[in-house]
Amino acid sequence: MSFDLKGTLKPLTALKQFGKKPHTLTNVPFIPREAADRYRGLHYNNLDECIGCGNCSTICQNQAIDMIPVDGIEGKNGDSGLRPRVDHGRCCWCGLCVDVCPTGSLSLTKDYVYVSEDADSFLWTPGVDNPEGDERVSFFSTKETSLNDLGRIPMPELEGMERIKSFAEVVLGYNEEQARAEASRCISCGLCTEACPEHMHIPEYINAIAGGNDEDAVRIIYDNNPLPEMCGKVCTRRCEDICAIAHRGDPIAIRWLKRYATETVENADLLKEIINPEIKEPNGFKVGIIGAGPSGLTAAYYLALKGFDCTIYEANSKAGGMTMYGIPRYRFPEDSLDKQIEYIQKIGVRIHFNTKVGKDISFVEVYHNYDAVFMGVGFPKPWTLGIEGEELHGSIQAVNFLYEINNGKKIDIGDKVIVIGGGNVAIDAARVSARLGADVTILYRRRVQDMPADWEEIEGAEAEGIHIISQAIPIQFHGDEKRHITTVEYLKAEMEPDEHGGRPKPIAIEGSNTVIEVTAVLGAIGQQGDYSFLEEEFDKKVKIERGRIVVNEKQETTLNKLFAGGDSANRTADAISAIADGYRAVKGIEELLMKGK
Amino acid sequence: MREKATTLYIGPQHPGITGNMMVRLKVEGDTIVKAATEVGYLHRSFEKLIEKRNWLQSFTLLCRFCVPEPDPVEESYARAVEMIEGREVPERAKYIRVLVLELARIGSYLLWYGGQSGSLGLYTVGQWSVGDRNYILDLFEALTGARVYHMYIWPGGVRRDFPKGFEKKVIDTMDYLEKRLDDYDDLMFDNAIFKKRTKGVGIIDKEKAVEWGVVGPPLRGCGIRSDIRIDDPYEIYDKLDFIVPVEEGGDIWTRALVRRQEIRQSIRIIRQVIDNIPGGEYYNKVPNPQKWALPKGDAYARTEAVRGEVGMYLSSDGSINPRRAHFKGAAYVHAITLLEHLLVGENLADVAAIMNSLGTCPPEIER
Repeated sequence: MSFDLKGTLKPLTALKQFGKKPHTLTNVPFIPREAADRYRGLHYNNLDECIGCGNCSTICQNQAIDMIPVDGIEGKNGDSGLRPRVDHGRCCWCGLCVDVCPTGSLSLTKDYVYVSEDADSFLWTPGVDNPEGDERVSFFSTKETSLNDLGRIPMPELEGMERIKSFAEVVLGYNEEQARAEASRCISCGLCTEACPEHMHIPEYINAIAGGNDEDAVRIIYDNNPLPEMCGKVCTRRCEDICAIAHRGDPIAIRWLKRYATETVENADLLKEIINPEIKEPNGFKVGIIGAGPSGLTAAYYLALKGFDCTIYEANSKAGGMTMYGIPRYRFPEDSLDKQIEYIQKIGVRIHFNTKVGKDISFVEVYHNYDAVFMGVGFPKPWTLGIEGEELHGSIQAVNFLYEINNGKKIDIGDKVIVIGGGNVAIDAARVSARLGADVTILYRRRVQDMPADWEEIEGAEAEGIHIISQAIPIQFHGDEKRHITTVEYLKAEMEPDEHGGRPKPIAIEGSNTVIEVTAVLGAIGQQGDYSFLEEEFDKKVKIERGRIVVNEKQETTLNKLFAGGDSANRTADAISAIADGYRAVKGIEELLMKGK
Repeated sequence: MREKATTLYIGPQHPGITGNMMVRLKVEGDTIVKAATEVGYLHRSFEKLIEKRNWLQSFTLLCRFCVPEPDPVEESYARAVEMIEGREVPERAKYIRVLVLELARIGSYLLWYGGQSGSLGLYTVGQWSVGDRNYILDLFEALTGARVYHMYIWPGGVRRDFPKGFEKKVIDTMDYLEKRLDDYDDLMFDNAIFKKRTKGVGIIDKEKAVEWGVVGPPLRGCGIRSDIRIDDPYEIYDKLDFIVPVEEGGDIWTRALVRRQEIRQSIRIIRQVIDNIPGGEYYNKVPNPQKWALPKGDAYARTEAVRGEVGMYLSSDGSINPRRAHFKGAAYVHAITLLEHLLVGENLADVAAIMNSLGTCPPEIER
């Protein structure tokens, strides 16, 4: 081959590079190079925003993240109290943990230099061990980039003005496709299980629904709740208040999913076939239960499964307690409850209807006839306002009103109704009144955002054309010569912050008197217990404080072998807490009777 | 008198190989009489691991199939998932994907410059090109948050949109690189040593190349125009104006010439992407990854990587994990079938250069 002159000289042009500035950074490694604005470096966690849901730990396939308790952080409702600890020797900086973090507390920083000969020192808790990291945050998630499904599948409902034409159920329920899609939003963190008074296995049954196993979901649900269809429709759902996804989006519709699963089973026979419960051999013990409300039914169901002989005494002609007689049909249709009660009866629970303890049978008889007694008698008596004119015709107690309506009776309330109160009973009474054709206004002492009623109920009421006058304190009802109510007089109120951090207090403004014309007033400011059925000998032995029966953690009262639960024994006074009471009492009764066996 | 054959080993640790692989050589004097590739040093069971992960968790593995150029693997996986699910990808995301793929191609070729010249003792080019590759990595860092393992292209689009001022940064880098390529020519392609050491060395027979399934620059270096980007256009390649360079000859030299021209074509593509990229969404968000189930079905998505055609076959049984994942790589054919054959009769000193010219990638072979 001939001599290649060009090929020999050309490479020498490289010498010109001597005159150029070097590419390399001269101060590295003494001053690390500043990383890009989106750099995925060492972790940082905002400890106040983090709720310890563990989604970061779940998604990490390097098993680099575990959840540990951290000094100074207490677990509370909606916060597991745990925080992620990252093994930076395992992490490969993909940042999935950041993109799935429902609160956005976890992020990656621009820091990337960490040198140590101690392998264990790579294991540290972001935010705790690098509190200064928040100034170096570079890779974070926003609502836009978040991998959580933030938007809830809308629930099909009757249109607002269509609803008030009848008592037809307003919420139509998810269909299969909608339920699967909604269930698929869940990240299975389990914070809801902690928040639920009954600690239902929420992530488990939602997983079953997402995976298309509705029957599994029903079995999981019945594991500790014998009235799930009721809960699926009217539960106060504190699980949803603390749902991890709710921090940036809509909470998972846990209640509606439970409703979906239970509604897929058409009747009690099918329910029994699907659940196929294991009923133990009779153990010879008899348990008497007073009141077929949620707590009594729960106790009866799980005791019956354990081989106890259970008998319920119910004053009314139907079981369900307040859920039967207090909740309007457009929220909770009767046949839905019937199905659940029928199933409970099918596994061997006896219910004596129209049998009021203290009237048809004495308490002492019940107490002596059974090895243990559970009492779930509820809060049947309404509180009164204690103002002038409350005894007028047309001034009705909302619970009594709902009871009569649910019993199929007709009550004349005229065309202009005022409801007083801000709880679920008040909203129920208002929406029922609207269905009876009245123009309805709710008077509430505090602001709308302070209302204890479910926000969806408040929105539902507003959609149905119900007016809400907030910060209004009624002071007097006026009547005509026939002693029928004609007007309500109220004072406007201003809010005074509570020094203990509670809800602000309404303070009436002198001279702000306002008068509204009415044809009826429904009072819904709460209920109280009625323990007149207790004979004198028991009255003293059963300790009652501030209207509630005192019980221990096993729902045991101060009287031997008497247990109590539900509204009359717990302050939360909702159905799911009553169910939880009933469930706890089962353990208490079992321990008491089966001791040594 | 017959010369006695000696057995020599290249690898499993060797600076000319991106990963661990061994070639067992039987040499007589300087001449190779037999070559056998032995793998098994790098097996990580990626395909099996992917089956155990949900549809979004595998990205930490995908980018490690072939470290110098991770993005085609991510892209083919993402596209296979999208094909099974029928998920739409926003137009902007497709442009961004092409930009990333071409940047990765350039980055990988710059690394090849170093390997190819280094294997012949020309170390300066490697120092320059690996230095210049850092500018590409800077772009990746700004766009994806990571320099090497991007985990950026994923089902539904890309993970984040352009950061502020990114377009200008890309164009500036391309301007710089284009000038720099002339310097490489001076030092490498115009270099008498390079020419002498590569021309006529490691010749692939055209017919055998097709028979064995050789792909990418080794195939194009035999005069066969084959490139998935034009044969089976994906993303937005059908909307772009570029040519696929082909050279006749089949030796190291023609393979090098193909790569040299491809860098310029990639720069051309990137300029078109920046000029024509539409606005709008960059990501069609997937559902909650923990419960994201794909419908039943399977799909094979193929992508042109620097090594040639690579592809991901995914099969779904309707659950939240792939039923089966299979990756079709280019390196297996190149480093085993082809290399073993090609080395016979070659000089021992040329082994590293031949290996480099084929685009062998041990982590891709074993995965």
